[in-house]
Amino acid sequence: MSQPWRTPAGGRINRHRELRFTFDGRELTGYEGDTLASALLANGVHLVGRSFKYHRPRGILSAGPEEPNAIVTVRRDAARVTPDLRATEVPLYAGLDAISQNRWPSLGVDVGAINNLLSPFIPAGFYYKTFMWPRGAWRSLYEPKIRAAAGLGRAPEQPDPDTYATRFAHCDVLVVGAGPAGIAAARASAKRGVRVILCDEQPQFGGSLLAEPSASTALIEGQPAEQWLSASLKELASLPEVTLLSRTTAFGYFPHNFVGLSERLTDHLDSVRPGQPRERLWQVRAKEVILATGALERPLVFPGNDRPGILLAGAARTYLNQYGVMPGRRAVLLTACDAAYRAALDLRSAGVEIAAIIDVRERADGALPEAARRAGLTVHSNATVVGTVGSQRVKAIRVARLDGSGAPQGSIERIACDALLMSAGYTPSVHLFSQSRGKLVWNDAQQTFLPGEPAERTHCAGACRGVFGLAAAIEDGRGAAARAGGDVSGSSKMPEPAAGEFGGILGALPQPAGKPVVKAFVDWQNDVTSKDLALAAREGFRSIEHVKRYTTTGMATDQGKTSNLNALAIVAGEIGKRIPEVGLTTFRMPYTPVTFGSFAAYTRGELFDPVRTTPTHEWAVRRGAVFEDVGLWKRARYFPRKDESMHAAVQRECLAVRNGCGMFDASTLGKIEVVGKDAVTFMNRLYINSWSNLAVGRCRYGILLRDDGFIMDDGVVARIAEDRFHVTTTTGGAAAVLGMMEDFLQTEWRDLQVWLTSTSEQWSVIAVQGPKSREVIAGLVEGVDLSNAALAHMGVAHGRICGVPMRLFRVSFTGELGFEINVPADYGQSVWEAIYAAGQAHGITPYGTEAMHVLRAEKGFIIVGQDTDGTVTPHDAGLAWAIGKSKSDFVGKRALERPAMQSIERKQLVGLLTGAPHVVLEEGAQLIASAQHRLGERPIGHVTSSYYSATLGRSIAMAMVRGGRARQGETLYVLADGQPVPVQVTSPVFYDPQGTRLNA
Amino acid sequence: MLLINCPYCGERPEPEFVYGGQAHIARPTDPRACSDQQWADYLYLRDNVKGVHNERWRHTHGCGRFFNALRDTTTDRFLATYEVGHEPPATLKGAHS
Ligand SMILES: [Zn+2]
Repeated sequence: MSQPWRTPAGGRINRHRELRFTFDGRELTGYEGDTLASALLANGVHLVGRSFKYHRPRGILSAGPEEPNAIVTVRRDAARVTPDLRATEVPLYAGLDAISQNRWPSLGVDVGAINNLLSPFIPAGFYYKTFMWPRGAWRSLYEPKIRAAAGLGRAPEQPDPDTYATRFAHCDVLVVGAGPAGIAAARASAKRGVRVILCDEQPQFGGSLLAEPSASTALIEGQPAEQWLSASLKELASLPEVTLLSRTTAFGYFPHNFVGLSERLTDHLDSVRPGQPRERLWQVRAKEVILATGALERPLVFPGNDRPGILLAGAARTYLNQYGVMPGRRAVLLTACDAAYRAALDLRSAGVEIAAIIDVRERADGALPEAARRAGLTVHSNATVVGTVGSQRVKAIRVARLDGSGAPQGSIERIACDALLMSAGYTPSVHLFSQSRGKLVWNDAQQTFLPGEPAERTHCAGACRGVFGLAAAIEDGRGAAARAGGDVSGSSKMPEPAAGEFGGILGALPQPAGKPVVKAFVDWQNDVTSKDLALAAREGFRSIEHVKRYTTTGMATDQGKTSNLNALAIVAGEIGKRIPEVGLTTFRMPYTPVTFGSFAAYTRGELFDPVRTTPTHEWAVRRGAVFEDVGLWKRARYFPRKDESMHAAVQRECLAVRNGCGMFDASTLGKIEVVGKDAVTFMNRLYINSWSNLAVGRCRYGILLRDDGFIMDDGVVARIAEDRFHVTTTTGGAAAVLGMMEDFLQTEWRDLQVWLTSTSEQWSVIAVQGPKSREVIAGLVEGVDLSNAALAHMGVAHGRICGVPMRLFRVSFTGELGFEINVPADYGQSVWEAIYAAGQAHGITPYGTEAMHVLRAEKGFIIVGQDTDGTVTPHDAGLAWAIGKSKSDFVGKRALERPAMQSIERKQLVGLLTGAPHVVLEEGAQLIASAQHRLGERPIGHVTSSYYSATLGRSIAMAMVRGGRARQGETLYVLADGQPVPVQVTSPVFYDPQGTRLNA
Repeated sequence: MLLINCPYCGERPEPEFVYGGQAHIARPTDPRACSDQQWADYLYLRDNVKGVHNERWRHTHGCGRFFNALRDTTTDRFLATYEVGHEPPATLKGAHS
């Protein structure tokens, strides 16, 4: 028979639409409106997983997000595989394919269950204590094995094919939780005409009302509850200012009333249209937040409390009333509060035999226990369960009476059953309130933590602040809405809870005297028992945060939703403190796990990061250039011909520049136009150089320090006019330099009249370099005398090239005669192509960043960030000549005067030559003083740049070495694969040290 | 995500801003007059406040202006934002350390 545990009628499922699904390959059926958990229970499937550590058989414990056991993988297709889902939250769809986790080879026969037999040897902290030595074995041996044996689901192996949406939203009132209190709060807020968002993690709104029997006689505002619910939702849906979000979890509460919502859009559908977003991340900024997040039922801690068939009483009631599923045919209720009696009464009405009600309290004489007695149910108060029987499903329980001291005593009665419902009472869901940094306050009357002083504009309503019961929750929801609307007359005082109805007890139930041999679980997901917590306390752990880490209680996907308060009570009891003195562990976001896809949303693939391209990018692509990423820029690294290797291409490009002419796109350099009456004063204060004596039409190599004296950036600076500088920066440093300039202008030197403009993307920069560069551009340039006499090295001229206005810099980062042609970016590619065409007669060769690096290293020019690392002064880099000696101050000057900054023992820039000319050192390699490297010996320097130079026919390297300039001629050693390679210390300038070529 | 009130633009979300460290740390006007210790203090010594902190922000992806703020580091609540060159609002002056 299909779905043998389904009731003949009732529930909120659609019995007209049967859905086929599989669990571990077994074909089953359920109904539309089921969760995977309810559909499994309808088929009598209780065994759904193995526990984390002991591999004990586990069943469905709850009906909501707190589920610690029923963790499954859902496979929609080869790529859409989602592990670690709670079956209680997985909506059923036609063809759903679910797989249990943490078992091998199968759920019924699990080899790892041997851990259960070995469990006396696996106490709290076992992994920490046992797998300590040898250290290296942790990563290579122990951890992989432990993870394979214990871990949760497996990550999907294919890229996520789904799309994810994201949006920002603003509202006046965000209501989290659409139970009675939340709906009442949303309605009352909407009446004021303000923008309201109401969200709930369930597919349907109604919260606890969904678990009420359809024939419920409960009245709300004079209407039957069901009518009130549908009328309220109809009203809310009709209001244009109200947004209703179901299947939407508020997972994180961030500062300034910023709340993250995760809306699930397609996981409940049989099939998904291509491009249909799977989830939508809402980032909501709310003026006021109303939390109506309800309460979670706590399990009871007693021996053998983890067998399949043992579940929370409220969950059993939900399965019966919302899903039309009977959790068993002969059930026992074990409870510490009155509210759980409703589950027994409802199940009894549905035809389930209630074998007994065991109430651990001394007396059970509230209205609900009395109703149970009137209905003919047997109530044993002052009793407890001391053991359970069954392997993959509970078969019977063992009951003992409690004596005057509260300990089990006397004969033990065995009661046969196929379901045990339990309830220790309800814990208000204060997760989001605590995430918002609101203070939690221990409430003695309710024996729980409740929201105290909020940190944000937050108002709590209903069970999440300890206000239980339908009428009280509705009233409280309205009150919260009034307070959120600025009505201070409404009292936020809590009504007194009905004694014993929801509170219950905390901690472990009394166990028979003697050494316990059967485990009483506190944390189902992490397999933490009351014994483990007691052991941690005995071993000296006092902070609850330490106990959590040591025992792992409250960790993993459920974050201790069912276990935290019980664990806290046990630890408090063991160390003889009151619970509020022990304190709570932090409630971390997310409330329930959120997919990475949701956070990534649109920022993946091509949209992951912006891409910056230069004006000649398309040309370089056509020429087959190989690009490299420099920040967000795409830069041509080299231009291979046919099958040419990078090494061969770079050598060819370098030789072309040295012997003829090369061209290079330098457009990525940062450019800042510094303008104003005080521009020269500003530059003098900022850069180390002297700018007063820089003539209009000339440029200079500028160095910028931070105020701690270390090199931050460098670049050529041209004086365009008395009050105008064209400043260039490194490609990566442009934004930081502009930011630093703005900082000084806006905060320190507010009297200076200077204006800054970023022109990095306005100018296209074409470097034409090599002995023939003058001849190449001569025919294209108008209005500039290119002769050495008229435009010497470091000269700047204005004119036209190919009819386009240009700033022409005679500068060289290669050591050859060279020009950097600045034209408006829109003309960059056409001017580039014109120069390329004109250069054909001279063998012009486009070169990339790799050749540029080699050429500048041959000349000993540094690259900031490669040869410097944030601890290099101008003296260290051999650039002290650039300092304007007569200046009383510049940024970094005072720091340079500290004695330590002038020590000759600091690392200094040098050149290195290997004995064997073909050996190219590794950049970053460490230098030592002697060939016999002793263990623990400190290196005296490191290689910063290293290349093969085709021009010199040998390798060259730059390095930072302690006292390096005084070591010229010495032999040092570079460790390469542990072997010392001898190198000679030289000047860092390897080529044309007199500079005759660039002055040609 | 913080909501920050730029004195020039109004309330904008945090990603538009860059944090700029402690406020009211003036660069000595005559660095030569500073001892090494004084200079090191200027460079490196900052308050680590639990409570109201005086700090700089820059509306980098907006107006580009630097401004000052009083923020409670325990709650992330801003008590005030105000222009460079101004003292914190008089009513809050006692709060800043
Ligand atoms: Zn602004």
